[in-house]
Amino acid sequence: MSIKGKAYVMGAFEHPTREAPDKSTPQLHAECMRGALADAGLTKDDIDGYFCAGDAPGFGALSMADYLGLRKLSHVDSTETGGSSYILHVGHAAEAIAAGKCSVALITLAGKPRTSPPGGGPRGSGGFAAAPEAGFENPYGGSTHNTYGMCAVRHMHEFGTTSEQLAWIKVAASHHAQWNPHAFLKDVVTVEDVVNSPMIATPLHRLDCCVVTDGGGALIVTSPEVARRLNRPRVKVIGAGEAPKGTYGGKVDLTFSGAAWSGPKAFAEAGVTPTDIKYASIYDSFTITVLMQIEDLGFCAKGKGGAFVADGNLISGVGKLPFNTDGGGLCNNHPTNRGGITKVIEAVRQLRGEAHPKVQVKNCDLAIAHGTGGSLGTRHGSATLILERE
Amino acid sequence: MSDAKPAARKIAAPAVNTETEKFWKAAAEGKLLYGWCLACSEAHYYPRSFCPFCFSDRVEWREASGAATVYSYSIMYRSPTGPYTIAFVELAEGPRILTNIVDCDFEKIAVDAAVKLVWKPSDGGTPVPLFTLG
Repeated sequence: MSIKGKAYVMGAFEHPTREAPDKSTPQLHAECMRGALADAGLTKDDIDGYFCAGDAPGFGALSMADYLGLRKLSHVDSTETGGSSYILHVGHAAEAIAAGKCSVALITLAGKPRTSPPGGGPRGSGGFAAAPEAGFENPYGGSTHNTYGMCAVRHMHEFGTTSEQLAWIKVAASHHAQWNPHAFLKDVVTVEDVVNSPMIATPLHRLDCCVVTDGGGALIVTSPEVARRLNRPRVKVIGAGEAPKGTYGGKVDLTFSGAAWSGPKAFAEAGVTPTDIKYASIYDSFTITVLMQIEDLGFCAKGKGGAFVADGNLISGVGKLPFNTDGGGLCNNHPTNRGGITKVIEAVRQLRGEAHPKVQVKNCDLAIAHGTGGSLGTRHGSATLILERE
Repeated sequence: MSDAKPAARKIAAPAVNTETEKFWKAAAEGKLLYGWCLACSEAHYYPRSFCPFCFSDRVEWREASGAATVYSYSIMYRSPTGPYTIAFVELAEGPRILTNIVDCDFEKIAVDAAVKLVWKPSDGGTPVPLFTLG
């Protein structure tokens, strides 16, 4: 069963805070829900589907649904694929709506890794000790920085990618962030700024990395019938793909991401190609994440991502593929270290024509939101979503 | 800048379970084991009770020679205990495994460089397999 045209994203809200020392994590979820409901023009009691992931505290969907006062739920889904979860949830919500399981689905994310590490982070960290790979990986000090660094080293080795090319991704994000009053980093940076910033994990410099922020976001996905009743621009879900990727018993290949599998599924379902896309939200935990996903989604040939992103090709109004016009995780917001939901939110803004005028893409009628969650260098979830303005 | 050398990074003790106990007992004797499938003749790592390629349970442990090459690596500078290098190395027997490269000039590490097995004690646990240049 295709989900094409079976559901609409009718509410989107990005929490404006980047530091929330005086709020609890559940409270942030509730504020995001309030914002998304207001955006859609719906109320709490319209919600009959609830989606959350590993950042939801306590017993996940059970604790949160009870806390949020969601009393009319007929469908819950707490699929956890790291930061890609919330992009995947839109596809799952569309499936559930198409199957008649619910008609108004809420998706929430929130957390406060900036002001209350580590307890405010995702639940389940204790559970990692029981992961089958734990004994064979935990002793080695793997982190997001150095495992993504390994992907970049291998990409450079195989394809000749350079640090300067990677830096262009941050440069483009910073050009967009300067117009976002909520962006954590608002200064425009140069390629030289990026490559001269301190080395964090070779070959990634400090400015190749995303920000760490508190905050969150929420989405409302509805049936076509509900969408038509609402007095809001309609953003239609037309394609979704998901694909986890792992280390495969020792046959790990760091040159590509799960986007190579989730992307083609989403494009096929939507019946469009990368050249049709007007705006791209691409998960940007690090510059290398963007580079690999752009290649894997088919915006350029494998190995040619470095040349593709250079010279401002990702800057709105300048290049061929405007991306992350809110400043992305690299400059704007990476709430609770899981940037997937903000990717959908900015795609919705673009399709509604509600992005900042300085970065709004003209005639933006087709957008992609893509995310990688977990670790690009070991095992990660990959989720691709294609959205169309109706 | 202080001249004081940071304390060496502690290697976390590996989680051991009933499925992997034999691997870590061998490690305590300086033997690096990998999985070998008698059904499809493929080597795999991390070891498990079945073959991740053909799902046969006709798997056995074999001892690696300790020779390997660097598949990829990253030198981690954001560390309170000083830089350390994480890597995937490709064992001579085939599998690519996550490890650290230690006791060498990090600037000389490169993709495809030859490395060899060394062992270091973990923090309160069994020794773990690491690699060094050469």
